[in-house]
Amino acid sequence: MARNSNGKDPVLVVVQLSGGNDFMNTVIPYTEPAYHDARPLVRINEEDVLPLNDTLGWHPSAEPMKELYDEGKVAIVQGVGYPDSNRSHFRGMDIMHTCEPVKVVSEGWVAKAIRDLDPKGENVLTGINVGQVLPRAMSMQGVPVTSVSKLESYGLMTGISEDQQRDQALEIFKKMYGQAIGSGVVMDYLAQTGADVLKGADILKRAPAMYSSDIEYADNPIAQSLRDVARMHLGGFGTRIFYAAHGGYDVHANENPDQPKLLSAMTGAINDFYRDLEAHDAADEVAIMVFTEFGRRIKDNGTGTDHGSGGGSFIIGKNVTGGLYSEYPPITPDKWLNGEDMQHTFDFRGVYATMLDQWLGLDPDPIVGGKYEQVHPFN
Amino acid sequence: MPDNDLSLIAHLMRRAGFGARRDELEAYSARKYDAVVEDVLYPERAPSLEEDILDRYNGWDKDKGVAASWMYRMVNSERHLEEKIALFWHHVFATGTNKSEHDPSHMGEIEMFRRIGLSDMRTLLIGLSKDPAMIYWLDNNENHKDEPNENYGREILELFSMGVGNYTETDIKMAGRAFTGWTFTQPIPLYPTGIYNTSFVYKEDDHDDSEKTFLGETGCFNGEDIVDIIVKQPATARFISRHMYNFFVADEPQVPAWGDKPPGDPEAIDALVGTYLDSDGDIRSMLRVLFNSDFFKEARFKRVKTPAELVAGVIKLVGTDRFPAPGFVRYAQAATLMGQQLFNPPTVEGWHTGQEWINGGTLNERVNFAVNQVGDASKPGLRDIVDRLGSTGGSVTPAELVDRCLDLVGPLDVSDDARDGLLEYANAVGELKLGTKAEREQSQLHVVRMIQLIVATREYQFA
Repeated sequence: MARNSNGKDPVLVVVQLSGGNDFMNTVIPYTEPAYHDARPLVRINEEDVLPLNDTLGWHPSAEPMKELYDEGKVAIVQGVGYPDSNRSHFRGMDIMHTCEPVKVVSEGWVAKAIRDLDPKGENVLTGINVGQVLPRAMSMQGVPVTSVSKLESYGLMTGISEDQQRDQALEIFKKMYGQAIGSGVVMDYLAQTGADVLKGADILKRAPAMYSSDIEYADNPIAQSLRDVARMHLGGFGTRIFYAAHGGYDVHANENPDQPKLLSAMTGAINDFYRDLEAHDAADEVAIMVFTEFGRRIKDNGTGTDHGSGGGSFIIGKNVTGGLYSEYPPITPDKWLNGEDMQHTFDFRGVYATMLDQWLGLDPDPIVGGKYEQVHPFN
Repeated sequence: MPDNDLSLIAHLMRRAGFGARRDELEAYSARKYDAVVEDVLYPERAPSLEEDILDRYNGWDKDKGVAASWMYRMVNSERHLEEKIALFWHHVFATGTNKSEHDPSHMGEIEMFRRIGLSDMRTLLIGLSKDPAMIYWLDNNENHKDEPNENYGREILELFSMGVGNYTETDIKMAGRAFTGWTFTQPIPLYPTGIYNTSFVYKEDDHDDSEKTFLGETGCFNGEDIVDIIVKQPATARFISRHMYNFFVADEPQVPAWGDKPPGDPEAIDALVGTYLDSDGDIRSMLRVLFNSDFFKEARFKRVKTPAELVAGVIKLVGTDRFPAPGFVRYAQAATLMGQQLFNPPTVEGWHTGQEWINGGTLNERVNFAVNQVGDASKPGLRDIVDRLGSTGGSVTPAELVDRCLDLVGPLDVSDDARDGLLEYANAVGELKLGTKAEREQSQLHVVRMIQLIVATREYQFA
């Protein structure tokens, strides 16, 4: 397990970029003629790239990430993917969530980690999803996960505005979801779930008032989600894994105007989040892992790029030794997978295993379904 | 319990539709139950929602996505079973726009389910095999004479008709080859010029016409021949019967478990299987048996509502949104937050149902959505409830308030836990005066709160 100088339990924040982030236009092989040849219309000019070394550079809109990278806080894991990449979003994301490339299963890797961190399910806040849809990665029978779409409105009966009346309604709710067992499996399960929501909301409602910060997060979904993560983490409720998703990366069309907005929102949010943790002396115990379901096609389609393979992940934190990990997939045309895609150079399960093993101190093999090569970005 | 009581009719309308308003329930319960079932089974006896009328409403959500527009139909169509059977087949024959990004073909698929959803299994499977949304979803457009792709051949057997364990890998390959050449006209360019329509096309020169042996029969089979063989298999009768029972009667184990978990009510499944075999897989005949059966009548509140059912049912209860207007996209999003994004099932398997709809996040959404929707006494459905409570005299006692509200919302049967909770509120309020208009305005807040508590119950999560 990584060392936290403050002695606190390590916390993992997973950030999912939904839709398939264009890794080649995020960390750009700007000196490669093959890049410019393959992307006549959807490319970043050499003079606009923010170089991170002689061959690779950040997309200009990823400047806030570059700032953290230059401070040595960002590990770039290059060429992340898996064999026989599935180009469909739904299967692609499914595979990323369950670590099962062949079978369709319903148990997610994050949920298994939550189970291992809190085997008796003692804290309903051990795992928190911030967002509107609970990802399959966090779903598993018997593992309670709290799902908060907006911290201020989390909790039952939030539409009843008068405090006194809402409290009365919640008291009655508690009775109606009563302890009497034996009224049927689903009724019992509903009772348990209702009680968990009440319990979780009861604790989380304290978070906003406990928090103050000089960081002004942008008014976009990923920034607001990470602000909620910061507020909940700083509340000290024992959460070990947070999960947030940022959508819109499926840039088949209009990539030139759209991708900069996405990267700017995402990297800005991560930078703000990191600074917020620093300001609260809480950067030590948090690591962020950013992933996406696949990279995009090497050649552009005129205004965007289609689904491809070979993406990239970022591991960010105060305890991270920044730099490049694994290898950038070869992009000269003779190396294209199936004549059009990036090869992957690092299995995504190895990225998860890195976080599970080296950061959270869990046995990664049963969670990711086997032994996979890890990177070693932690100090 | 009389055969045609209001509670039974409400049950029928929750299952064969998305619920019904109180006045509709009263009209139906004045008639014989089996006559109501007959009307339900022939949705075309009720007026349709005219698309050209819908098109006159500028600015409503039709253009904001297929799911908003379907939600409008679920709330407002008087052809209850037409929308419900379309949702049933969407569960079984799940396809999603997230792969194709081509909304018109998916809208067309649901339209097809409305049209042929109550016909027979042969018509349905032929329609499905020629449906561009399905062809693309399962890559049959990549299924060529010289390079067969067995995806559709596999799934038509595994997911759409017989279920695993009833055929061999060779049968899958043969089915796949029989469907070579079944593709669609190219809607490209998808980008950047907009979305083109597409339709089925059969390419004879890309069809593998060689001899095939499939499920023990041999011939130069084409796709239709494969469907003919599939629909007469007892495994198909059983598979569809179990799906139908799970969707219309009571929650069952999920499909992957069907190989080793027997049905909860084997006799009910046998009755449906028998009807299938006697009627050449006629869906309407099966549903006639189902809706008239004792096992159906006794299965009240034995299924967790799907999110679409919950959302549409709540909107029908509050009586708003009777005409096309902006807002339906919010209802589609509400169902998404509860775990059911229409037109985007999580996998080729469709949605897992029953208890799997419920987790902390989705329960939070379900309860809050319903509580918020019923929180406004000025909505027609709430006004109606207040008026009905006041129509029988000057006041209601706490116990009457609980029982009559439960009746007007459902009728809903609740556990002692729930009833005690509701009574606690009613007792705190005391006797409620509803005799005059002024009294009703005074008291409506408490009625609304009672309804809010009722829709927050565990019991309300069930259909």
